[in-house]
Amino acid sequence: MSAMDPTRPDAPKSKTAIWIAVLLVVACALPFVLPNYRIFQFTLVMVYAIALLGLNMLTGYNGQISLGHGAFYAIGAYVAAILMDKLGVPYWATVPVAGVVCLVVGFLFGQPALRLEGHYLALATFALGVSLPQLLKYKHLEDYTGGVQGIVIIKPDAPFGLPLNQDQWLYFFTLAITLVMFLIGWNLLRGRIGRAMVAIRDHPIAAETMGINNAMYKSLTFGVSAAYTGVAGAVGAIAVQFVAPDSFSVFLSITFLVGIVIGGVGTISGALYGALFTQFIPNIADQISKAAPWAIYGIFLIGFMYVMPSGVAGLVATIRARLARRRAGSNPAARPAQSAH
Amino acid sequence: METFLHQVVAGLATGGIYASVALALVMIYQATHHINFAQGEMAMFSTYLAWTMIDAGMPYWVTFFAAVLLAFVLGAAIERIIVRPVENASALTVVVVFIGLLVILNSLAGWIYTYTIKTFPSPFPKDMLGNNKFISAHEFGSIGITLIVLFALYAFFRFTPLGLAMRAAAQNPQSSRLVGIRVGWMLALGWGLAGAVGAIAGMMVAPVVYLDPNMMSGILLYAFAGALVGGIDNPLGAVLGGFIVGVAENLLGAYVIGNELKLSVALVLIIGVLLVRPTGLLGKRLVTRV
Amino acid sequence: MSALLKVEKLHASYGSTRVLHGIDFEMEEGSITALLGANGAGKTTTLRALCGMVKTEGAITLAGQRVDGKPTEDIVRMGVAHVPDGRGTFTTLTTEENLRLGAYARKDKSKLAADFDLIYNYFPRLKERRHQQAGTLSGGEQQMLAVSRALMLSPRLLLLDEPSFGLAPLIVREIFRIMKRINEEQKVSILLVEQNASMALELADHAYLIETGGIVLSGTAEQIKSDDSVRKAYLGY
Repeated sequence: MSAMDPTRPDAPKSKTAIWIAVLLVVACALPFVLPNYRIFQFTLVMVYAIALLGLNMLTGYNGQISLGHGAFYAIGAYVAAILMDKLGVPYWATVPVAGVVCLVVGFLFGQPALRLEGHYLALATFALGVSLPQLLKYKHLEDYTGGVQGIVIIKPDAPFGLPLNQDQWLYFFTLAITLVMFLIGWNLLRGRIGRAMVAIRDHPIAAETMGINNAMYKSLTFGVSAAYTGVAGAVGAIAVQFVAPDSFSVFLSITFLVGIVIGGVGTISGALYGALFTQFIPNIADQISKAAPWAIYGIFLIGFMYVMPSGVAGLVATIRARLARRRAGSNPAARPAQSAH
Repeated sequence: METFLHQVVAGLATGGIYASVALALVMIYQATHHINFAQGEMAMFSTYLAWTMIDAGMPYWVTFFAAVLLAFVLGAAIERIIVRPVENASALTVVVVFIGLLVILNSLAGWIYTYTIKTFPSPFPKDMLGNNKFISAHEFGSIGITLIVLFALYAFFRFTPLGLAMRAAAQNPQSSRLVGIRVGWMLALGWGLAGAVGAIAGMMVAPVVYLDPNMMSGILLYAFAGALVGGIDNPLGAVLGGFIVGVAENLLGAYVIGNELKLSVALVLIIGVLLVRPTGLLGKRLVTRV
Repeated sequence: MSALLKVEKLHASYGSTRVLHGIDFEMEEGSITALLGANGAGKTTTLRALCGMVKTEGAITLAGQRVDGKPTEDIVRMGVAHVPDGRGTFTTLTTEENLRLGAYARKDKSKLAADFDLIYNYFPRLKERRHQQAGTLSGGEQQMLAVSRALMLSPRLLLLDEPSFGLAPLIVREIFRIMKRINEEQKVSILLVEQNASMALELADHAYLIETGGIVLSGTAEQIKSDDSVRKAYLGY
């Protein structure tokens, strides 16, 4: 996992930068080339990527297992929906609000979670994930949450009369948010804070003795992680145009877990790989049977734990390292490239 | 007063279910220090297997014992094949594998049996206890079966050599090897028993909540809460905790918060116990002399 | 008498760290043999290797059968009882349950009750505390329990790892005296690992000296006791 650590100094920054630039160009070109429903799918990929980055911060980098992140996604989604539907807030303003709300909720949940480790934390978050839909259906909150039916949202039009249709505009809106979130995350995780998080994960006692305030870091990480997932939830709600309790069952939390495991626990790029998997594999699997996507998730989860525990990101890093070694072998003067995502 | 008594009795009936599943969880936790997130789905799947047999015309009690046997084998097989490779891996790896198992069993059930709910028969004739308002025939029978299972397990662990060996293997695997106990098989046996107990719980609860792939998720949560309340490393505690949670859930649901927020109650209970008294009511700190 | 135990070119490692470097030794049936040496020499590792608890290379032969590479449980069933360092007591179980577990892999269960009586005869204190939780016994009593549990197997070979550790000399003497009786009366061969060389040499008839994973001296207890240089280095006088 440490090979994935973006806190390691990477040698050829230029290589990664080139890849990112290419990716950006492709990303910007897509909405003009693809049909609407595909654009929608890629919008969701980005939404999931943000959510997965959030979960990865908590579970991958900081070692706190969460089986309940679907709850934060739901909270973000409902905040956005309620603000738009009941209070007439413009869609773009709901996103930061959702983020802040989830930051606070996550931080608060992180407090009691401080004393829980491993299985117990997984259990507590699992309970959160299972019980949230029931809370959302609660009839005394129906006026706000829309009860079992949920809330329907209107998709926004492109502003300033830009020549984009709704799907395309939403895509670029999401792209912008994704870039911002990933940039913040990249800086967070590459710097002192990221190193502290990893230290707490790997050697909590040593971290404490080095002056890291474990409790504060862990709660903050919970909060930030929740905020990311909440932002994803808000954007997701706007894209999907409605929120309803049954879309946010514990299986959503499990989907996120699958995403980071397959993408690569403890990596930034893993969030992207995981998001691609999460969006496209079920569609393919659906053609076999309604239950099939989940069976595939399950098999992948177990299989990856046996065979590829560092996920796709790990595989990519291994391949890059091997290619670099081969190049270094033919040119003894060149240093092998450290893979850093 | 009548309804109160009935609520308590109903609570004991569901509590018995929670107690059984909690016991299964504790058995596995004691032996491996892992929480089996797939316990509910294992029970659900076994219940579906029973349903298949009943649907094919097999008499109830034959099916009952066959399903218990199948669940035992399934549990042991899962331990040997799926869990064994990651026995000593990190918490995250183990949790992920269990979740994977949960998901596979859930989707297998959905795929084979579809998501339409099915009825599952109760073996206790409805008029068994006459026409009383306190306790239905099924509630009575369910509590009875639960108690029989619990006592049988207690007797097994306390009085048989194999039960002693299993306790030893859970407590101290290294020393167990030194007296010739095959620890790996003890673990498989433990999982098998947990699976069997879960199947019984599933077959007792299915007539009430109807059989569908998501039948057990709420129950699993309550069972967790019960196991934690009683002490996750204490079988008696788990059973006690299960009954307590069952009665509390019913009473709270009937008189305080209504039936819709019951799962949130479970959540609060779980977090509360983990924070305030993680060892639960009966969990013990080991007394040893250095 | 034939060799009960024969060890040839035994290497042992923990992970990638090699701890034993090709040791050879033998034990006769019915003997009491001591493995002496300072801390970290490899004595405990040798006993563990005999039970299949560490990675080994080389040959270990018990009563004519090769046992290297076999799992611990199988070696135990061949009649090897190991009392590990730290006693390995099942602390949450009662004294009697511990003893029952000792008999788990026994081939002949018919004389079980008689053997219980035998053990309680040797160690009356255990009888008093039969139903007490084993973790609450004193250090000496736990050692007695550990040895008794091993004896319940009706073993051919008893491996004792540092039985004197943490015990008052008086108790150690008592235990060693009982060991001698058991060796004579029950015909149990004993392989004893000890840091306390003087006490071990009074009990044993043969001894080996291990130093950093290799055997540096061997002979009868008398020979080792009277060897000056050894005495100075290891017995302190």
